[in-house]
Amino acid sequence: MTDAAPLLRLEGVIKDYGEEVVTRVLHGVDLTVTRGEFVALEGRSGSGKSTLLNILGLLDRATAGEVWLDGSRVSDLDDAGLTELRARSLGFIFQFHHLINALSAVENVMMPLAARAGRVKRDMRARALAALADVGLADRADESPRRLSGGQQQRVAIARALVADPPLILADEPTGNLDSTTADEVFALLRRATRDKGVAVLMVTHDMDLARRCDRVVELLDGRIVDH
Amino acid sequence: MPTEWFLALRFLREGRSQTALIITGVGVGVGVIVFLTALISGLQANLIAQTLGSQAHIVVRPPEEVARPQLDPAPAAGLTVLSRVERRPQRVRSIVRWQQELRAVSQLPGVVAVAPVVSGPAFATRGTASRAVLVRGSDLDQLEPILPVRRRLVAGHAPPVGAEALVGAQLATDLGLGVGDRVRLGLDADSGEVFTVVGVFDLGNKDVNGRWVLVPLRAAQTLHGVVGGATEIEVAVSQVFDAEAIAERVTAETGLVAESWMERNAQLLVGLRSQSSSSLMIQVFVILAVVMGIASVLIVSVVQRSREIGILRAMGTSRARVLRVFLIQGGIVGGVGAVLGSALGGALAKFFETLARNADGSPTFPVQLDAALFLRTAALAVLIGIVAAALPARRAARLDPAVAIRHD
Ligand SMILES: Nc1ncnc2c1ncn2[C@@H]1O[C@H](COP(=O)(O)OP(=O)(O)O)[C@@H](O)[C@H]1O
Ligand SMILES: [Mg+2]
Repeated sequence: MTDAAPLLRLEGVIKDYGEEVVTRVLHGVDLTVTRGEFVALEGRSGSGKSTLLNILGLLDRATAGEVWLDGSRVSDLDDAGLTELRARSLGFIFQFHHLINALSAVENVMMPLAARAGRVKRDMRARALAALADVGLADRADESPRRLSGGQQQRVAIARALVADPPLILADEPTGNLDSTTADEVFALLRRATRDKGVAVLMVTHDMDLARRCDRVVELLDGRIVDH
Repeated sequence: MPTEWFLALRFLREGRSQTALIITGVGVGVGVIVFLTALISGLQANLIAQTLGSQAHIVVRPPEEVARPQLDPAPAAGLTVLSRVERRPQRVRSIVRWQQELRAVSQLPGVVAVAPVVSGPAFATRGTASRAVLVRGSDLDQLEPILPVRRRLVAGHAPPVGAEALVGAQLATDLGLGVGDRVRLGLDADSGEVFTVVGVFDLGNKDVNGRWVLVPLRAAQTLHGVVGGATEIEVAVSQVFDAEAIAERVTAETGLVAESWMERNAQLLVGLRSQSSSSLMIQVFVILAVVMGIASVLIVSVVQRSREIGILRAMGTSRARVLRVFLIQGGIVGGVGAVLGSALGGALAKFFETLARNADGSPTFPVQLDAALFLRTAALAVLIGIVAAALPARRAARLDPAVAIRHD
């Protein structure tokens, strides 16, 4: 696969919810994201942004349409195949940080590596510590997530999303729960990752100011993607 | 370390108080099982040992003599013959060609020792006192693996030779006999040969101690009128609970009557069996309680952690691995609980043993604690933990990550 080929491509993705009363949330989404691109995804609340991200994140399947991610056609994969592709190609950042409280900060960051390898190895801690240092949290490595502030937790989540060098990071309102200074810091970290590591980021945000600083802004409107 | 082990240990550590609670629960359950099993198997082993202390595993005798009516087998037509056939009184009879039968029996699988015995009722008389006794003639060395008389001597020495005899402790008291005293043994109270008592034995059975007189084989043959014969073949087997099956085999192959200790003590065995099954019932209920305890705590843990499980899945953890994270937690809880419970149950059993002692210093309630019991219980506890974790683990593995991490 060459760098010219898009990292992510959606064609006519439809998503219906419900069995008897069918609600169509996505009405045929077409979207392409190339490597290293920072894309902001906007849309009213309830417009289907999280639904779309779940499909891109291989956590949910489209009702119809095709998704290509990092060289694989998603509809060709079974559950185990999806799990593997997720471990190899994706990083997640959620609005509410979603760290695992049973693990320390650095152990949280180690998890994508451990999930991929099937075991916890010594060198993983070193890699995780480096990723934590990148987000400025080297000194809180052994802290429980419960003892970190919201902004610190989100930085741990960013380190966790970046540690395994996935080509695509999906971020669902990563700054939605933070004050504007902290939001700026978190955004800056993601921005830097796209520049330094060539990681692509698809970020759901309501913050117009942040969206304008991305490479591209798309909007989910009436179940379809509109470019701005 | 495999990721699933790492996560299982971290989850258990985080839920410290829940973990401690279920481990305690498992420990108490395992403790009860260990204690109960040790006590019951100790009591049963003791009872069986006591029973087998005074009887051979299998006794082989000649077939009963059948009375044959001396009647015309085909009476004339219209004639009804009323007849009553009485059983003949059974005499002391030798087994026909007993040497051959003895060899045949000794070659059966499971048989470890055989000995010919001449045994029959007689009278023991000393002065004016007389008692109905059982005079048994045998080579005590040959009999030792079957009936350990020599180890149970309370006075004098063994084996008796010539016109010497060993008497049971109760009989010695009844007739006022001691080592060196003389006693007359005969088929009726007024005749017989005089024997010298050279030893007194206690086989732990009241009836045996009050009735048995042991003499050399030859002396008994002469007394019972079966010179060169043997009225019984006594057999020891390697596994006492195989005795019944081996006895049946003896009958099938020799046509002789073979009676096992199990047949003779059917009552005791029924008692032991019902004791075992009630103990098994208790254990089953204890296990059920432990399973439900572990399962309910883990179910709660899965519900509490569903968001975290969703995150793990999103980060590329497979369903199978999530399943194992919870199975391992169950196994660890079972294993640690088993270690605690074994210590608890073992200590309790040992303590119980010291509570009551017999006159000779041996415990009234002997317990049987062995490595096999601990290993078996530990394996059982780990298995119980894993089985109990199966349902919660399946639930965790089936969680839809998209639903689990939705933040509304
Ligand atoms: N699992 C589901 N079952 C049924 N309806 C759902 C489900 N998930 C989301 N929806 C509906 O789909 C629509 C889009 O939701 P969502 O993707 O969360 O929107 P957004 O993230 O843009 O706010 C909403 O109307 C929501 O109620
Ligand atoms: Mg949303």
